[in-house]
Amino acid sequence: MTTQSGETPLLEVQDLCVSFVQYTSCLRQSTLQVINNLSVSIYPGEIVAVVGSSGSGKSLLAHAVLGILPGNASFSGVISYDGQALSPKRQAELRGREIALIPQSVNYLDPLMRVGKQVQTSVHAGNPRSRQREVFERYQLSPDVDKLFPFQLSGGMARRVLVSTALVSGARLVIADEPTPGLDDAAVAETLDYFRDLADQGCGVMLITHDIEAALKIADRIAVFYAGSTVEIAPVQDFAGEGEALRHPYTKALWRALPQNGFEPMPGSQPLPHELPAGCVFQPRCRQATSECSTERPAMRTVREGMVRCIHAT
Amino acid sequence: MLLEAKQIGFRYERDRWVLRGVDISIQSGEIVGLVGPSGFGKSTLCRILAGYEKPYEGQVLLDGAPLPASGFHPVQLVFQHPEKAVNPRWRMSRTLAEGGALDESLLGQLGIQQEWLGRFPNELSGGELQRFCVARALNPQTRFLLADEMTAMLDTITQAQIWQVVKEVARRENLGVLVISHEKNLIHRLCTRVVDLTITNEKT
Ligand code: SF4
Repeated sequence: MTTQSGETPLLEVQDLCVSFVQYTSCLRQSTLQVINNLSVSIYPGEIVAVVGSSGSGKSLLAHAVLGILPGNASFSGVISYDGQALSPKRQAELRGREIALIPQSVNYLDPLMRVGKQVQTSVHAGNPRSRQREVFERYQLSPDVDKLFPFQLSGGMARRVLVSTALVSGARLVIADEPTPGLDDAAVAETLDYFRDLADQGCGVMLITHDIEAALKIADRIAVFYAGSTVEIAPVQDFAGEGEALRHPYTKALWRALPQNGFEPMPGSQPLPHELPAGCVFQPRCRQATSECSTERPAMRTVREGMVRCIHAT
Repeated sequence: MLLEAKQIGFRYERDRWVLRGVDISIQSGEIVGLVGPSGFGKSTLCRILAGYEKPYEGQVLLDGAPLPASGFHPVQLVFQHPEKAVNPRWRMSRTLAEGGALDESLLGQLGIQQEWLGRFPNELSGGELQRFCVARALNPQTRFLLADEMTAMLDTITQAQIWQVVKEVARRENLGVLVISHEKNLIHRLCTRVVDLTITNEKT
Protein backbone atom coordinates (compact mmCIF):
# COMPACT_ATOMS: atom_id res chain seq x y z
CA MET A 1 0.00 0.00 0.00
CA THR A 2 1.30 3.43 -0.91
CA THR A 3 -0.62 6.09 0.90
CA GLN A 4 2.26 8.23 2.03
CA SER A 5 0.99 11.69 2.74
CA GLY A 6 2.09 14.18 0.14
CA GLU A 7 1.36 11.86 -2.74
CA THR A 8 -1.47 12.88 -5.07
CA PRO A 9 -4.42 10.52 -4.92
CA LEU A 10 -5.43 8.95 -8.20
CA LEU A 11 -9.04 9.66 -7.40
CA GLU A 12 -10.38 12.12 -4.92
CA VAL A 13 -14.09 12.58 -4.29
CA GLN A 14 -14.97 15.55 -2.12
CA ASP A 15 -18.40 16.30 -0.71
CA LEU A 16 -20.29 14.39 -3.37
CA CYS A 17 -24.06 14.83 -3.24
CA VAL A 18 -26.38 13.07 -5.67
CA SER A 19 -30.08 13.77 -5.79
CA PHE A 20 -33.04 12.78 -7.91
CA VAL A 21 -36.13 14.69 -8.87
CA GLN A 22 -39.18 12.66 -7.99
CA TYR A 23 -42.76 13.22 -9.02
CA THR A 24 -44.89 12.38 -6.04
CA SER A 25 -48.32 13.10 -7.48
CA CYS A 26 -49.42 14.69 -10.77
CA LEU A 27 -47.71 18.02 -10.49
CA ARG A 28 -45.82 17.89 -7.24
CA GLN A 29 -42.17 17.19 -7.39
CA SER A 30 -39.57 16.75 -4.70
CA THR A 31 -35.87 16.15 -4.66
CA LEU A 32 -34.49 13.13 -2.96
CA GLN A 33 -30.89 13.33 -1.89
CA VAL A 34 -29.45 9.83 -2.07
CA ILE A 35 -25.77 10.57 -1.47
CA ASN A 36 -24.80 13.23 1.06
CA ASN A 37 -21.37 14.81 1.33
CA LEU A 38 -19.45 11.70 0.52
CA SER A 39 -15.65 11.97 0.44
CA VAL A 40 -13.20 9.24 -0.42
CA SER A 41 -9.79 8.99 -2.09
CA ILE A 42 -7.82 6.22 -3.76
CA TYR A 43 -4.05 6.08 -4.28
CA PRO A 44 -2.20 4.10 -6.96
CA GLY A 45 -1.64 0.49 -5.95
CA GLU A 46 -4.37 0.60 -3.38
CA ILE A 47 -7.72 -1.18 -3.02
CA VAL A 48 -10.40 0.80 -1.27
CA ALA A 49 -13.63 -1.04 -0.57
CA VAL A 50 -16.83 0.92 -0.22
CA VAL A 51 -19.03 -1.33 1.88
CA GLY A 52 -22.76 -0.82 2.37
CA SER A 53 -25.97 -2.81 2.21
CA SER A 54 -27.40 -3.45 -1.23
CA GLY A 55 -29.85 -0.94 -2.57
CA SER A 56 -28.32 1.77 -0.40
CA GLY A 57 -27.27 3.88 -3.38
CA LYS A 58 -23.55 3.22 -3.18
CA SER A 59 -23.43 2.27 -6.89
CA LEU A 60 -24.23 5.91 -7.62
CA LEU A 61 -20.74 6.74 -6.44
CA ALA A 62 -19.35 4.64 -9.30
CA HIS A 63 -21.76 6.23 -11.75
CA ALA A 64 -20.82 9.72 -10.60
CA VAL A 65 -17.09 9.03 -11.01
CA LEU A 66 -17.62 7.59 -14.49
CA GLY A 67 -19.98 10.39 -15.46
CA ILE A 68 -22.86 8.04 -16.22
CA LEU A 69 -25.50 9.15 -13.71
CA PRO A 70 -29.04 8.89 -15.06
CA GLY A 71 -30.59 11.99 -16.63
CA ASN A 72 -32.88 12.84 -13.73
CA ALA A 73 -29.99 12.91 -11.26
CA SER A 74 -28.09 16.02 -10.30
CA PHE A 75 -24.89 16.16 -8.37
CA SER A 76 -22.57 18.55 -6.60
CA GLY A 77 -19.11 18.18 -5.18
CA VAL A 78 -15.70 17.78 -6.74
CA ILE A 79 -14.29 14.63 -8.33
CA SER A 80 -10.60 14.89 -9.14
CA TYR A 81 -8.50 12.48 -11.13
CA ASP A 82 -4.74 12.76 -10.82
CA GLY A 83 -5.15 16.08 -9.06
CA GLN A 84 -7.40 17.59 -11.72
CA ALA A 85 -11.09 18.28 -11.25
CA LEU A 86 -13.16 16.28 -13.73
CA SER A 87 -15.61 17.85 -16.14
CA PRO A 88 -18.25 15.79 -17.97
CA LYS A 89 -16.17 16.08 -21.14
CA ARG A 90 -13.01 14.87 -19.41
CA GLN A 91 -14.98 11.99 -17.83
CA ALA A 92 -16.12 10.86 -21.26
CA GLU A 93 -12.50 10.93 -22.47
CA LEU A 94 -11.22 8.92 -19.52
CA ARG A 95 -14.05 6.38 -19.38
CA GLY A 96 -12.93 2.99 -20.65
CA ARG A 97 -9.37 4.30 -21.06
CA GLU A 98 -7.96 5.60 -17.80
CA ILE A 99 -10.98 4.66 -15.72
CA ALA A 100 -12.57 1.27 -16.26
CA LEU A 101 -15.68 -0.29 -14.80
CA ILE A 102 -15.84 -3.98 -14.05
CA PRO A 103 -19.55 -4.74 -14.10
CA GLN A 104 -21.42 -7.39 -12.15
CA SER A 105 -22.00 -9.79 -14.98
CA VAL A 106 -21.43 -10.64 -18.63
CA ASN A 107 -24.84 -9.17 -19.37
CA TYR A 108 -22.89 -5.96 -19.87
CA LEU A 109 -20.94 -7.45 -22.76
CA ASP A 110 -22.20 -7.25 -26.33
CA PRO A 111 -24.03 -10.58 -26.73
CA LEU A 112 -23.40 -10.69 -30.49
CA MET A 113 -19.65 -10.11 -30.53
CA ARG A 114 -17.07 -12.83 -29.96
CA VAL A 115 -15.25 -12.15 -26.71
CA GLY A 116 -11.75 -11.98 -28.19
CA LYS A 117 -12.80 -9.23 -30.59
CA GLN A 118 -14.75 -7.52 -27.91
CA VAL A 119 -11.83 -7.33 -25.53
CA GLN A 120 -9.66 -6.04 -28.39
CA THR A 121 -11.94 -3.02 -28.79
CA SER A 122 -10.84 -1.94 -25.31
CA VAL A 123 -7.15 -1.83 -26.26
CA HIS A 124 -5.97 1.74 -26.72
CA ALA A 125 -2.23 1.32 -27.04
CA GLY A 126 -0.24 -1.26 -28.98
CA ASN A 127 -1.50 -4.11 -31.11
CA PRO A 128 -5.04 -5.01 -30.01
CA ARG A 129 -4.81 -8.64 -31.03
CA SER A 130 -1.52 -9.41 -29.29
CA ARG A 131 -2.42 -7.37 -26.23
CA GLN A 132 -5.70 -9.25 -25.83
CA ARG A 133 -3.97 -12.64 -26.25
CA GLU A 134 -1.32 -11.65 -23.75
CA VAL A 135 -3.90 -10.79 -21.09
CA PHE A 136 -6.05 -13.86 -21.85
CA GLU A 137 -2.88 -15.95 -21.54
CA ARG A 138 -2.27 -14.46 -18.13
CA TYR A 139 -5.73 -15.55 -17.01
CA GLN A 140 -5.53 -18.99 -18.61
CA LEU A 141 -8.05 -18.24 -21.33
CA SER A 142 -7.05 -20.41 -24.29
CA PRO A 143 -7.24 -19.25 -27.95
CA ASP A 144 -10.52 -21.20 -28.28
CA VAL A 145 -12.13 -18.79 -25.83
CA ASP A 146 -11.48 -15.86 -28.21
CA LYS A 147 -14.11 -17.26 -30.56
CA LEU A 148 -16.85 -17.74 -27.99
CA PHE A 149 -19.87 -15.53 -27.53
CA PRO A 150 -20.59 -14.22 -24.02
CA PHE A 151 -23.42 -16.70 -23.39
CA GLN A 152 -21.03 -19.60 -24.03
CA LEU A 153 -18.70 -18.62 -21.19
CA SER A 154 -18.73 -20.46 -17.89
CA GLY A 155 -19.05 -18.29 -14.80
CA GLY A 156 -15.33 -18.44 -14.12
CA MET A 157 -14.37 -17.59 -17.70
CA ALA A 158 -16.83 -14.70 -17.73
CA ARG A 159 -15.20 -13.17 -14.66
CA ARG A 160 -11.76 -13.47 -16.24
CA VAL A 161 -13.00 -11.89 -19.47
CA LEU A 162 -14.46 -8.94 -17.56
CA VAL A 163 -11.22 -8.40 -15.67
CA SER A 164 -9.26 -8.74 -18.92
CA THR A 165 -11.31 -5.93 -20.45
CA ALA A 166 -10.20 -3.61 -17.66
CA LEU A 167 -6.60 -4.79 -17.84
CA VAL A 168 -6.11 -4.40 -21.62
CA SER A 169 -7.57 -0.91 -21.55
CA GLY A 170 -4.52 0.20 -19.59
CA ALA A 171 -6.83 1.83 -17.04
CA ARG A 172 -5.17 3.22 -13.95
CA LEU A 173 -8.35 3.34 -11.95
CA VAL A 174 -10.61 0.31 -11.87
CA ILE A 175 -14.05 0.42 -10.34
CA ALA A 176 -15.71 -2.90 -9.58
CA ASP A 177 -19.39 -2.72 -8.74
CA GLU A 178 -20.68 -5.70 -6.70
CA PRO A 179 -18.37 -8.14 -8.46
CA THR A 180 -19.10 -11.13 -6.22
CA PRO A 181 -22.88 -11.58 -5.85
CA GLY A 182 -23.98 -15.16 -5.43
CA LEU A 183 -20.50 -16.58 -5.90
CA ASP A 184 -19.23 -19.41 -3.80
CA ASP A 185 -16.08 -19.10 -1.70
CA ALA A 186 -13.68 -20.31 -4.37
CA ALA A 187 -15.10 -17.96 -7.00
CA VAL A 188 -15.04 -15.00 -4.61
CA ALA A 189 -11.42 -15.72 -3.74
CA GLU A 190 -10.53 -15.97 -7.43
CA THR A 191 -12.24 -12.69 -8.29
CA LEU A 192 -10.58 -10.92 -5.39
CA ASP A 193 -7.18 -12.22 -6.49
CA TYR A 194 -7.70 -10.50 -9.84
CA PHE A 195 -8.25 -7.18 -8.11
CA ARG A 196 -5.17 -7.65 -5.97
CA ASP A 197 -3.30 -8.38 -9.15
CA LEU A 198 -4.55 -5.14 -10.76
CA ALA A 199 -3.54 -3.15 -7.68
CA ASP A 200 -0.12 -4.79 -7.55
CA GLN A 201 0.42 -3.56 -11.09
CA GLY A 202 -0.16 -0.02 -9.88
CA CYS A 203 -3.88 0.45 -10.50
CA GLY A 204 -6.09 2.09 -7.95
CA VAL A 205 -9.08 -0.17 -7.32
CA MET A 206 -12.43 0.89 -5.92
CA LEU A 207 -14.40 -2.16 -4.87
CA ILE A 208 -18.05 -1.41 -4.24
CA THR A 209 -19.63 -4.26 -2.32
CA HIS A 210 -22.16 -5.34 0.27
CA ASP A 211 -19.85 -8.15 1.32
CA ILE A 212 -17.75 -6.93 4.21
CA GLU A 213 -15.94 -10.24 4.55
CA ALA A 214 -14.78 -10.07 0.94
CA ALA A 215 -13.68 -6.48 1.48
CA LEU A 216 -11.72 -7.37 4.60
CA LYS A 217 -9.86 -10.05 2.68
CA ILE A 218 -8.28 -7.78 0.10
CA ALA A 219 -8.84 -4.09 0.66
CA ASP A 220 -6.21 -1.78 2.12
CA ARG A 221 -8.81 0.62 3.39
CA ILE A 222 -12.52 0.21 4.03
CA ALA A 223 -15.04 3.01 3.56
CA VAL A 224 -18.25 2.22 5.41
CA PHE A 225 -21.38 3.49 3.71
CA TYR A 226 -24.48 4.23 5.81
CA ALA A 227 -27.61 6.19 4.92
CA GLY A 228 -26.10 7.94 1.92
CA SER A 229 -22.61 8.71 3.08
CA THR A 230 -19.42 7.21 4.35
CA VAL A 231 -19.40 7.24 8.13
CA GLU A 232 -15.85 5.94 8.45
CA ILE A 233 -12.78 5.21 6.36
CA ALA A 234 -10.43 2.89 8.19
CA PRO A 235 -7.29 0.91 7.42
CA VAL A 236 -8.21 -2.76 7.19
CA GLN A 237 -5.99 -3.65 10.19
CA ASP A 238 -8.39 -1.74 12.43
CA PHE A 239 -10.96 -4.47 11.92
CA ALA A 240 -9.63 -6.70 14.67
CA GLY A 241 -10.43 -7.91 18.18
CA GLU A 242 -13.52 -6.27 19.61
CA GLY A 243 -13.23 -3.41 17.14
CA GLU A 244 -11.50 -1.11 19.66
CA ALA A 245 -9.48 0.55 16.90
CA LEU A 246 -12.58 1.39 14.86
CA ARG A 247 -13.94 4.90 15.13
CA HIS A 248 -17.63 4.97 14.34
CA PRO A 249 -20.27 3.20 16.47
CA TYR A 250 -21.89 1.80 13.31
CA THR A 251 -18.61 0.31 12.08
CA LYS A 252 -18.00 -1.26 15.47
CA ALA A 253 -21.52 -2.72 15.41
CA LEU A 254 -21.01 -4.09 11.86
CA TRP A 255 -17.82 -5.78 12.97
CA ARG A 256 -19.32 -7.26 16.13
CA ALA A 257 -22.36 -8.52 14.23
CA LEU A 258 -20.24 -10.81 12.05
CA PRO A 259 -21.10 -14.45 12.78
CA GLN A 260 -17.49 -15.27 13.72
CA ASN A 261 -17.42 -12.34 16.16
CA GLY A 262 -20.31 -11.67 18.48
CA PHE A 263 -23.21 -12.13 16.00
CA GLU A 264 -24.68 -9.28 18.03
CA PRO A 265 -27.78 -7.68 16.53
CA MET A 266 -28.74 -4.06 17.04
CA PRO A 267 -32.30 -2.74 16.96
CA GLY A 268 -33.64 -0.39 14.30
CA SER A 269 -32.84 -0.13 10.62
CA GLN A 270 -30.99 2.08 8.22
CA PRO A 271 -33.10 5.14 7.35
CA LEU A 272 -34.14 5.67 3.73
CA PRO A 273 -33.13 8.89 1.93
CA HIS A 274 -36.46 10.63 2.56
CA GLU A 275 -36.55 9.88 6.26
CA LEU A 276 -33.10 10.86 7.47
CA PRO A 277 -33.13 12.04 11.07
CA ALA A 278 -31.88 15.51 11.99
CA GLY A 279 -28.25 15.67 13.05
CA CYS A 280 -26.25 12.47 12.89
CA VAL A 281 -27.95 9.88 10.66
CA PHE A 282 -26.99 7.12 13.10
CA GLN A 283 -28.33 8.91 16.16
CA PRO A 284 -31.65 6.96 16.54
CA ARG A 285 -29.68 3.71 16.92
CA CYS A 286 -26.60 4.99 18.70
CA ARG A 287 -25.95 4.13 22.33
CA GLN A 288 -23.34 6.88 22.67
CA ALA A 289 -25.68 9.58 21.38
CA THR A 290 -25.90 12.82 23.33
CA SER A 291 -28.13 15.83 22.77
CA GLU A 292 -25.52 17.50 20.53
CA CYS A 293 -25.79 14.56 18.14
CA SER A 294 -29.27 15.56 17.00
CA THR A 295 -28.50 19.20 16.26
CA GLU A 296 -25.93 19.12 13.50
CA ARG A 297 -24.80 16.58 10.95
CA PRO A 298 -21.23 15.66 11.94
CA ALA A 299 -18.53 16.52 9.40
CA MET A 300 -15.94 13.99 8.29
CA ARG A 301 -12.78 14.45 10.31
CA THR A 302 -9.44 12.73 10.71
CA VAL A 303 -9.03 10.53 13.75
CA ARG A 304 -5.82 8.54 14.04
CA GLU A 305 -5.05 7.01 10.60
CA GLY A 306 -8.63 7.22 9.40
CA MET A 307 -11.66 9.41 8.89
CA VAL A 308 -14.91 9.43 10.82
CA ARG A 309 -18.23 11.22 10.84
CA CYS A 310 -18.99 11.21 14.56
CA ILE A 311 -18.52 14.07 17.01
CA HIS A 312 -17.59 11.78 19.88
CA ALA A 313 -15.15 9.49 18.11
CA THR A 314 -11.63 9.35 19.50
CA MET B 1 -41.86 -34.00 12.43
CA LEU B 2 -39.50 -35.13 9.72
CA LEU B 3 -38.97 -33.55 6.31
CA GLU B 4 -37.07 -35.85 4.01
CA ALA B 5 -36.05 -35.98 0.41
CA LYS B 6 -35.26 -39.44 -0.90
CA GLN B 7 -33.08 -40.22 -3.91
CA ILE B 8 -33.88 -36.91 -5.59
CA GLY B 9 -32.96 -36.59 -9.25
CA PHE B 10 -33.58 -33.42 -11.19
CA ARG B 11 -32.66 -32.19 -14.64
CA TYR B 12 -33.72 -29.43 -16.99
CA GLU B 13 -32.23 -31.09 -20.04
CA ARG B 14 -31.60 -34.68 -21.03
CA ASP B 15 -28.33 -36.06 -19.69
CA ARG B 16 -27.61 -32.93 -17.67
CA TRP B 17 -28.49 -33.79 -14.15
CA VAL B 18 -28.56 -31.01 -11.60
CA LEU B 19 -29.24 -33.41 -8.76
CA ARG B 20 -28.95 -37.17 -8.63
CA GLY B 21 -29.44 -39.60 -5.77
CA VAL B 22 -29.71 -36.87 -3.16
CA ASP B 23 -30.96 -37.77 0.30
CA ILE B 24 -31.51 -35.18 2.95
CA SER B 25 -33.61 -35.07 6.08
CA ILE B 26 -34.41 -32.40 8.63
CA GLN B 27 -36.00 -33.02 12.01
CA SER B 28 -38.20 -30.50 13.78
CA GLY B 29 -36.07 -28.39 16.09
CA GLU B 30 -32.91 -28.88 14.05
CA ILE B 31 -30.94 -26.19 12.23
CA VAL B 32 -29.13 -27.86 9.34
CA GLY B 33 -26.64 -26.24 6.98
CA LEU B 34 -26.50 -27.06 3.28
CA VAL B 35 -23.22 -26.25 1.53
CA GLY B 36 -21.59 -26.87 -1.83
CA PRO B 37 -20.16 -24.77 -4.66
CA SER B 38 -22.47 -23.01 -7.09
CA GLY B 39 -23.82 -25.36 -9.72
CA PHE B 40 -24.32 -28.18 -7.25
CA GLY B 41 -28.05 -27.67 -7.07
CA LYS B 42 -28.48 -26.17 -3.59
CA SER B 43 -31.22 -23.79 -4.68
CA THR B 44 -32.90 -26.40 -6.84
CA LEU B 45 -33.01 -28.80 -3.91
CA CYS B 46 -34.61 -26.07 -1.81
CA ARG B 47 -37.26 -25.43 -4.44
CA ILE B 48 -38.01 -29.13 -4.55
CA LEU B 49 -38.25 -29.36 -0.75
CA ALA B 50 -40.63 -26.41 -0.73
CA GLY B 51 -42.79 -27.99 -3.43
CA TYR B 52 -42.11 -25.33 -6.09
CA GLU B 53 -40.51 -27.87 -8.35
CA LYS B 54 -41.33 -31.54 -8.92
CA PRO B 55 -38.35 -33.88 -8.78
CA TYR B 56 -37.70 -36.02 -11.84
CA GLU B 57 -36.79 -38.93 -9.60
CA GLY B 58 -37.37 -39.62 -5.93
CA GLN B 59 -39.80 -38.00 -3.51
CA VAL B 60 -40.21 -35.47 -0.75
CA LEU B 61 -42.02 -36.66 2.34
CA LEU B 62 -43.34 -34.92 5.40
CA ASP B 63 -43.67 -37.47 8.19
CA GLY B 64 -43.81 -40.17 5.55
CA ALA B 65 -46.57 -38.56 3.49
CA PRO B 66 -46.28 -36.48 0.30
CA LEU B 67 -46.31 -32.68 0.66
CA PRO B 68 -49.83 -31.22 0.70
CA ALA B 69 -50.87 -30.01 -2.75
CA SER B 70 -53.14 -27.22 -1.51
CA GLY B 71 -53.70 -25.05 1.52
CA PHE B 72 -50.96 -23.41 3.56
CA HIS B 73 -47.62 -24.93 2.78
CA PRO B 74 -45.88 -26.16 5.94
CA VAL B 75 -42.47 -25.84 4.25
CA GLN B 76 -41.66 -22.19 3.60
CA LEU B 77 -38.81 -20.89 1.48
CA VAL B 78 -37.15 -17.49 1.85
CA PHE B 79 -34.52 -16.65 -0.72
CA GLN B 80 -31.95 -13.99 -1.39
CA HIS B 81 -33.94 -11.39 -3.33
CA PRO B 82 -37.02 -10.19 -1.45
CA GLU B 83 -37.99 -7.84 -4.29
CA LYS B 84 -38.66 -10.90 -6.44
CA ALA B 85 -40.79 -12.54 -3.76
CA VAL B 86 -43.44 -9.86 -3.26
CA ASN B 87 -46.09 -8.39 -5.51
CA PRO B 88 -44.83 -4.91 -6.49
CA ARG B 89 -48.39 -3.57 -6.72
CA TRP B 90 -49.50 -4.61 -3.25
CA ARG B 91 -49.03 -2.66 -0.08
CA MET B 92 -46.97 -4.56 2.48
CA SER B 93 -49.97 -5.23 4.74
CA ARG B 94 -51.58 -7.24 1.92
CA THR B 95 -48.37 -9.16 1.22
CA LEU B 96 -48.17 -10.09 4.89
CA ALA B 97 -51.81 -11.18 4.99
CA GLU B 98 -51.03 -13.61 2.18
CA GLY B 99 -49.33 -15.86 4.73
CA GLY B 100 -52.54 -16.00 6.79
CA ALA B 101 -53.02 -14.93 10.41
CA LEU B 102 -49.85 -13.58 11.89
CA ASP B 103 -48.25 -13.31 15.26
CA GLU B 104 -48.30 -9.53 15.74
CA SER B 105 -45.42 -9.49 18.19
CA LEU B 106 -43.23 -10.96 15.47
CA LEU B 107 -43.38 -7.70 13.53
CA GLY B 108 -41.95 -5.81 16.47
CA GLN B 109 -39.21 -8.37 17.03
CA LEU B 110 -38.21 -8.16 13.37
CA GLY B 111 -38.04 -4.38 13.65
CA ILE B 112 -40.92 -3.84 11.21
CA GLN B 113 -42.38 -0.40 11.83
CA GLN B 114 -46.13 0.13 11.67
CA GLU B 115 -45.86 2.81 8.97
CA TRP B 116 -44.07 0.39 6.63
CA LEU B 117 -47.27 -1.66 6.38
CA GLY B 118 -48.88 0.98 4.18
CA ARG B 119 -45.96 1.13 1.78
CA PHE B 120 -45.27 -0.45 -1.58
CA PRO B 121 -42.17 -2.65 -2.02
CA ASN B 122 -40.27 0.02 -3.96
CA GLU B 123 -40.61 2.35 -0.98
CA LEU B 124 -38.63 0.01 1.24
CA SER B 125 -34.98 -1.01 1.29
CA GLY B 126 -33.92 -4.60 0.62
CA GLY B 127 -33.33 -5.15 4.32
CA GLU B 128 -36.77 -3.86 5.25
CA LEU B 129 -38.41 -5.94 2.56
CA GLN B 130 -36.61 -9.11 3.64
CA ARG B 131 -37.97 -8.67 7.17
CA PHE B 132 -41.47 -8.86 5.69
CA CYS B 133 -40.62 -12.01 3.76
CA VAL B 134 -39.31 -13.60 6.94
CA ALA B 135 -42.41 -12.54 8.89
CA ARG B 136 -44.65 -14.00 6.19
CA ALA B 137 -42.73 -17.27 6.20
CA LEU B 138 -42.83 -17.59 10.00
CA ASN B 139 -46.56 -18.19 10.00
CA PRO B 140 -47.86 -20.25 12.97
CA GLN B 141 -48.62 -23.10 10.55
CA THR B 142 -45.07 -23.26 9.23
CA ARG B 143 -43.18 -26.38 10.30
CA PHE B 144 -39.99 -26.02 8.26
CA LEU B 145 -38.14 -22.94 7.06
CA LEU B 146 -35.68 -23.07 4.16
CA ALA B 147 -33.36 -20.06 4.09
CA ASP B 148 -31.58 -19.84 0.74
CA GLU B 149 -28.93 -17.11 1.09
CA MET B 150 -31.63 -15.33 3.06
CA THR B 151 -29.37 -12.64 4.50
CA ALA B 152 -26.58 -12.61 1.89
CA MET B 153 -27.41 -9.13 0.60
CA LEU B 154 -27.92 -7.50 3.99
CA ASP B 155 -25.50 -5.79 6.30
CA THR B 156 -24.15 -7.92 9.13
CA ILE B 157 -26.26 -6.13 11.74
CA THR B 158 -29.52 -6.82 9.91
CA GLN B 159 -28.31 -10.37 9.32
CA ALA B 160 -27.74 -10.92 13.04
CA GLN B 161 -31.07 -9.26 13.85
CA ILE B 162 -33.09 -11.49 11.51
CA TRP B 163 -31.34 -14.70 12.58
CA GLN B 164 -31.83 -13.93 16.24
CA VAL B 165 -35.59 -13.80 15.65
CA VAL B 166 -35.63 -16.90 13.43
CA LYS B 167 -33.65 -18.90 15.99
CA GLU B 168 -35.98 -17.82 18.78
CA VAL B 169 -39.14 -18.69 16.82
CA ALA B 170 -37.63 -22.01 15.71
CA ARG B 171 -36.85 -22.92 19.31
CA ARG B 172 -40.28 -21.88 20.62
CA GLU B 173 -42.29 -23.45 17.79
CA ASN B 174 -39.97 -26.42 17.31
CA LEU B 175 -39.35 -25.60 13.64
CA GLY B 176 -36.82 -27.34 11.45
CA VAL B 177 -34.56 -24.93 9.57
CA LEU B 178 -32.33 -25.47 6.54
CA VAL B 179 -29.65 -22.82 6.04
CA ILE B 180 -28.00 -22.36 2.66
CA SER B 181 -25.15 -19.93 2.71
CA HIS B 182 -21.80 -19.44 1.06
CA GLU B 183 -20.60 -17.93 4.33
CA LYS B 184 -18.92 -20.64 6.32
CA ASN B 185 -18.91 -18.52 9.44
CA LEU B 186 -22.66 -18.10 9.36
CA ILE B 187 -23.20 -21.84 8.90
CA HIS B 188 -20.88 -22.62 11.81
CA ARG B 189 -22.63 -20.10 13.98
CA LEU B 190 -26.14 -21.38 13.33
CA CYS B 191 -26.10 -25.04 12.49
CA THR B 192 -25.88 -28.20 14.52
CA ARG B 193 -25.31 -30.33 11.43
CA VAL B 194 -24.04 -29.65 7.91
CA VAL B 195 -24.87 -31.49 4.67
CA ASP B 196 -22.31 -31.12 1.89
CA LEU B 197 -23.83 -31.49 -1.57
CA THR B 198 -20.46 -32.25 -3.16
CA ILE B 199 -20.63 -35.51 -1.23
CA THR B 200 -24.37 -36.17 -1.37
CA ASN B 201 -25.04 -35.23 -4.98
CA GLU B 202 -24.12 -38.04 -7.35
CA LYS B 203 -24.72 -36.14 -10.58
CA THR B 204 -21.87 -36.77 -12.98
S1 SF4 C 1 -22.34 11.65 16.31
FE1 SF4 C 1 -23.40 10.96 18.13
S2 SF4 C 1 -25.11 9.75 17.37
FE2 SF4 C 1 -23.68 9.99 15.71
S3 SF4 C 1 -22.43 8.20 15.82
FE3 SF4 C 1 -21.37 9.77 16.97
S4 SF4 C 1 -22.06 9.49 19.07
FE4 SF4 C 1 -23.46 8.35 17.78
